Amino acid sequence: MAKIKYIEFNGTEHEAEITNGLSVMEGAVQNNIPGIDADCGGGMSCATCHVYINDDKWFSKLPEKEMGEDDMLDQAFEPKSNSRLSCQLIVSDDLDGLTVHMPEKQV
Amino acid sequence: MIKTDVVIVGAGPTGLFCAHQLGIIGLKCEIVDNLDKIGGQCIELYPDKPIYDIPAIPKCTGKELTNNLIKQIKPFNFDFHLNDRVQELKNENDRWIVKTLNGKEFETPNIIIAGGVGSFEPRKFPTKSAEKFDGTSVLYSIKDKTIFKDKSVVIFGGGDSALDWAIELSNSSKVTLVHRRDEFKGAAASVNKIKKLSENKKINLITRYSIKDVKGNGSLEGVEIKNETGESKVVKADYVLGFFGLIMQLGPIAEWGLNLDKKTIPVNTENFETNKKGIFAIGDICTYPGKLKLILSGFHEGALAARGCFKYARPDEKYRFEFTTASSTIKDRLGVKE
Repeated sequence: MAKIKYIEFNGTEHEAEITNGLSVMEGAVQNNIPGIDADCGGGMSCATCHVYINDDKWFSKLPEKEMGEDDMLDQAFEPKSNSRLSCQLIVSDDLDGLTVHMPEKQV
Repeated sequence: MIKTDVVIVGAGPTGLFCAHQLGIIGLKCEIVDNLDKIGGQCIELYPDKPIYDIPAIPKCTGKELTNNLIKQIKPFNFDFHLNDRVQELKNENDRWIVKTLNGKEFETPNIIIAGGVGSFEPRKFPTKSAEKFDGTSVLYSIKDKTIFKDKSVVIFGGGDSALDWAIELSNSSKVTLVHRRDEFKGAAASVNKIKKLSENKKINLITRYSIKDVKGNGSLEGVEIKNETGESKVVKADYVLGFFGLIMQLGPIAEWGLNLDKKTIPVNTENFETNKKGIFAIGDICTYPGKLKLILSGFHEGALAARGCFKYARPDEKYRFEFTTASSTIKDRLGVKE
């Protein structure tokens, strides 16, 4: 279990307890948190669950990007070097306290 | 005006199998899809990824699944209208008049929306200023490459489309390629070629930059790019090209007066009809309690929606349930001889 904070582009904050094993994307979708579309359903085939990890310490603590994530991020809306696809961030106790920021839009 | 029993919006696996079910029960259909090829997400997003949960097929790729579905509906000779998009619906005397972007018109009692997550559209630049040049000097696809001759062209992107066009246009244009990172998604051979062209000053390669603003009054003059440390610079440009892949947009479907739940369409589970008589929704785009976004669910939904269409297409006939193993009528429709 991990408490994850999702911050919309307009500053609205949402906090949710996410069960281990779910992705940060699934955590948002299941809790009706707006700002993450996840059009492909978690297959790393679109770029609509894009988030920013603004805290450098958290960014380096996250599991490294798998092959293909950066390629997919090339297609995201305003990708930056601290961008991640939230479908690739699997929740564990280690992620307790993580904050993700959403881009202005996904598509 | 093409008269038909059903217009299917979307040529993904769900739309294709639904066409099969329509053919089996003796209805005609026309299939419209925005992509230039048949197969929907299966062909656009994961043609080579294996799928493991198609009943009785332990493993197949998106491409194989699509090819088999095409083969399965071949006997019915249905027409596909690719590279086109259903734009406008109008109801006239219990008939739907369907207009497409390319100006085709259909008259039909039934429309089945099998649109997945929407139609694929190129992802555009996030900058507002790019909009006023959209389609003239800011482009997301190339129809006529001769317009770039001796011009300054700034290309954004790191995939094959961006690299291939940068290489191709470098013969006759002044090309700048801008990408947000040092690595490229495109084929290794193309990346090497780009690097060589850059060394020989045939193209201007700029990495770790992205678009900030488009400059010009009336005609495009340049494009301002920025990096993450906040530095920016302006590159002269007659044309700006963006190749960021495709995104899925619900598009005109949102304007048809259908009930919507986020980006999905609520339906009943008896025949997958929406709140509008004669408009059905199946596959990823429909929603109901317990909905699973699986291809196999789309097949089931298509089979029931096809029967739902029957009563509007053949109001004077009674639908008779038949098995393909036993029915000589169905075998005739399939053109099989035993």
